[in-house]
Amino acid sequence: MGGAFVSDSPIFDVRDVSFAYENVPALRGTSLCIAPGQSVALLGANGSGKSTLLRLLDALCFPSSGSIDFRGESLTPYRLRDEQFAFSFRRQVGLVFQNPDVQLFNPTVFDEVAFGPLQMGWTSPEIVTRVNAALETMAIAHLRERGPYRLSGGEKKRVALASVIVLDPEVLLLDEPTSMLDPRSQSQIIDLIQNWKGTSKTVVTATHQLEIVEDIADRVVVLEQGSVIADGTPPEILSNGELLLRANLVHAHRHKHGDIVHSHPHLHSHGQHEH
Amino acid sequence: MTGNRALPSTLVGLARTFAHALAAEDLARQPGLLQSLDPRVRLIGISSLVLAALLAHRIAVIAGLFVVAVALALFSHVRLATLAVRVWLVVLLFTGIIGLPALFLTPGSFLVTSSGTVLPITLQGLNSAILLIARVETAATLTTVLVLTTPWMALLKSFRALRVPPEVVMMLAMTHRYVFLLAETAGQMFESRQSRTVGVLDRTAQRHMASRTAGVLLSKSIELSNDVFLAMQSRGFRGDAKVLTEFRMRAFDYLSLIAFVTVGVAAAWVGRS
Repeated sequence: MGGAFVSDSPIFDVRDVSFAYENVPALRGTSLCIAPGQSVALLGANGSGKSTLLRLLDALCFPSSGSIDFRGESLTPYRLRDEQFAFSFRRQVGLVFQNPDVQLFNPTVFDEVAFGPLQMGWTSPEIVTRVNAALETMAIAHLRERGPYRLSGGEKKRVALASVIVLDPEVLLLDEPTSMLDPRSQSQIIDLIQNWKGTSKTVVTATHQLEIVEDIADRVVVLEQGSVIADGTPPEILSNGELLLRANLVHAHRHKHGDIVHSHPHLHSHGQHEH
Repeated sequence: MTGNRALPSTLVGLARTFAHALAAEDLARQPGLLQSLDPRVRLIGISSLVLAALLAHRIAVIAGLFVVAVALALFSHVRLATLAVRVWLVVLLFTGIIGLPALFLTPGSFLVTSSGTVLPITLQGLNSAILLIARVETAATLTTVLVLTTPWMALLKSFRALRVPPEVVMMLAMTHRYVFLLAETAGQMFESRQSRTVGVLDRTAQRHMASRTAGVLLSKSIELSNDVFLAMQSRGFRGDAKVLTEFRMRAFDYLSLIAFVTVGVAAAWVGRS
């Protein structure tokens, strides 16, 4: 488990966290420790609590019970009111939202990517240099003067990613980063996440796409109805058909072999159809 | 309007909104007189002409400013047909309705035709109506030429460069941005409903459908605004909008600015009552 830079003291320590949206529970007693440098995949079906957990880790909302520590500091509304702590936390942790439209609120792509650095108070030349580099990394330099409403779904996703990686955060929280993308764009995003594996960056990716898990993570946490039901390496998790069926990540597949009708979990992995 | 007409017309209206906005951006990126100027010069220059048109009391001066507006449009490759349809006819219709009572209600000497018939219209009333229409036509033409020749983002940056509070500029930017998104969502909702609509809806059903759509859009917009705020917070936003301005003024920009302001001040001075 873990990449080259994994250390023992956790970057996130989630203890018995519960959270509800207007009395609808999203997380129920979730506990999880994430070490620096780990690449973690949060695996779960729709509504399993992945996005909520990412928002809690980014201190955009706070647990109704339980606690979350970031590098030993408790993430509470009171703590986030401290300018110095908030500045340092936002500098270190970046979240890419599932819906890129919520993240693109500036008039042009350049302005969008420059938004974060501006809030950090960097100098103008430094901002321009960093923004240009982020645009190049995401292969969207040609879109720099374009308005967000003139971008395709894949382009929006790339801009959303660029707007976070421009800050070069130590922790990246990615909510379904490959959804809405064509296969080529998906592959490019996976390559990017793969490059972070084994570096000092901690990457937590929420996904329900089993086929990308081994590429992007060295640890998999499976969520079901707001609770952690499994935690292990990708081979351990992906080989457990019963677990994946329970977590609603594969579906029962019924077919005939001669006169015998039988059913089994249906799993697509590495482009292969496994029975 | 019947149900099978209402749905397509709504869709066409939404599509037209998008097309207009996109066409405006395309024109703004083409070479032309105004397009070659620094956006701040365009904003200050056109604003000074608009102000002069509003302050002037002489119709001849306002007509002169209108000619300047048309010349600016032509040198910036804005089609006069576009201005006629989007500005001149619309302004004439709406301002004409507002100015109509002035013809009859303004005290003064009644107009007499060559055959000796006395019309129930006063000369002063006619002057007031023409002045009102001329002012609005000129101001609207100048503003439309500015908007058509300046990308929205450059206009916003110009506001910022002119010390308009960043919060106001950000609010404008976000309104523009999310109006598109909500219009797109509304279009998709109507399309989806149309694909499931068989036959003709009566007026009551149409009203119910429209109010339900408005309700869903409202709740979507509230949800969206919450998420947008979270996304801003996530990247370090603490309520104080910070901006980056990259404009550079050249000699031609300074000269153009002087020319605009001179024309504006001269028009306001000559046109005073």
